[in-house]
Amino acid sequence: MSRALALRLEPYFYTAPSLLLIAAIMLVPLVTGLSYAFHDLILLDPLSGDFVGLDHFREMLNDDGFWTALRNTVVWTAVSVALQFGFGLILALLLDRPFPGRGLVQALVFLPWAVPGFLSGLTWAWLFNPVIGPLPHWLHGLGLLATPENILSDPHLALWGPIAANVWWGIPFFAITLLAALQSIPKDIYEAAAMDGAGPLLRFRRVTLPLLAPTIAITVMLRTVWVANFAELIVVMTKGGPADATQILSSYIFTLAFQRLDFGYASAVAAVLLLLLLAYAAAVMVLRHVMTERA
Amino acid sequence: MSKTFTRALHALALAAFVAFALFPLFWLLKVSLTPDDLMYGEGVRLWPSRVTLDHYGAVLRHTQFPLFFRNSLIVSAATGLFATAAASAAGYAFSRFRFRGKAWVVGVMLISQMFPLVIIVAPIFRLLSPLGLTNSLTGLVVVYTAFNTPFAAFLMQSFFEAIPKDLEEAAMMDGATRFQALRRVILPLTLPGLAATGGFVFTAAWSELLFSLMLNSSAAVSTFPAGLLGFVSKFSVDFGQMMAAGVLALLPVGAFFLLIQRYLVQGLTAGAVKG
Repeated sequence: MSRALALRLEPYFYTAPSLLLIAAIMLVPLVTGLSYAFHDLILLDPLSGDFVGLDHFREMLNDDGFWTALRNTVVWTAVSVALQFGFGLILALLLDRPFPGRGLVQALVFLPWAVPGFLSGLTWAWLFNPVIGPLPHWLHGLGLLATPENILSDPHLALWGPIAANVWWGIPFFAITLLAALQSIPKDIYEAAAMDGAGPLLRFRRVTLPLLAPTIAITVMLRTVWVANFAELIVVMTKGGPADATQILSSYIFTLAFQRLDFGYASAVAAVLLLLLLAYAAAVMVLRHVMTERA
Repeated sequence: MSKTFTRALHALALAAFVAFALFPLFWLLKVSLTPDDLMYGEGVRLWPSRVTLDHYGAVLRHTQFPLFFRNSLIVSAATGLFATAAASAAGYAFSRFRFRGKAWVVGVMLISQMFPLVIIVAPIFRLLSPLGLTNSLTGLVVVYTAFNTPFAAFLMQSFFEAIPKDLEEAAMMDGATRFQALRRVILPLTLPGLAATGGFVFTAAWSELLFSLMLNSSAAVSTFPAGLLGFVSKFSVDFGQMMAAGVLALLPVGAFFLLIQRYLVQGLTAGAVKG
């Protein structure tokens, strides 16, 4: 092989291992998974496997479980991301100014992020358990609950359990990303603004927010997609119950596939979820484009 | 607003965040140390009147958790190693080369981070099963390595960007090939980055539940998350042992995290600076 050719090919040698692996384990299965959506596929049932066209999608229209899960997905994602982002931003701003012991405090407040998802789920499920957890008693004391019972077994309240766990767990992600963005803002911009007589609130609105906006837009978008897909807390804390009241689409897909072994229908629901997320991401990108054009 | 007042408010707000972050973990530890006879009577007290290590002893001696722990350790360490190796190569290429199709490669990696992974559980099961890679730790390592490589590659890219190109160019002028320059000059300088990326991947593999549940049904190859969940559904009233196992599951990732969290913010800052 000539030296020039070897040099031309060099970048591909470096990227090939990752690409091959991702193609084999993620992209090819993705295509296969999408094709299952149009097949009748029940695991362990050798008679299944026929092409059924759009039958699964028609079935979905009359499936109450699907619609509940879709509604819950919106609530779960919007509330979780909004709270994670709000508290994450406040935390990042608090950590951005120097104070003694900052390193230690930063390590402690970021710690929930290191806790495995299933374990945060279990821990919060235990906190909500009136036998060994304090939360029902506190909520009762505050007058929010009539009796100190487990909200995870109340169909109307159960979704708030996983949301609480998700907020606790996700604040550090936003705080870390936003803190990194804050620290990359040159300090002289603030000094110049202060010299021009801008107070802290005005500096935040006119300097910090516009400079953070690109990071905010991209992290909120990525996180929204990620949280919408994140079934683990719900699987661990409520298993989607009671009576499917807390299923989100991704946990519903998991239940369909592993309890009913109905891979065909599960894949069809997954395809719908994927489409919704793509539409959402595209909308955000267009919006961002329009906003930057105008600015 | 006076300076002292602002400072007090700042400290108070931070204290609230620290308390919120630590309270659930404190509770986990507290219950794991509460003796069985006090579990119900003093269930919601902040600290029991007596503490015991019995639950830890029981978990280590009479359950399969040591086995699950070992399985998780093997899977997470191997995943951390392979994903970091693949990701450093890709991240290096992203940071140093302009090449045809680069946008496509980056695009593929981004897409792989966006779709619901549940959609590929069934195809992966049917792909790995005939290869004997279900009910196997190797199978999990392969799957986890693929899942974690894209993000790790972007992370490594930001660490490479922070190292001047002149360094390997000088080594290459002295006759080293690029690969030699990368190995002898650049990689030693990226050690913190490699550690952060490896730690990040280790943590992600340690935490993964759904694919572990799905691909490995036999206890001999169960990872800690799957094992703990199985234990919880079987012995759901043995709170002391469950929480002791939970604390044990937390130890390796907690330690890793405290070591690397500094570098994560650094790496992301470097990424943000270059825009």
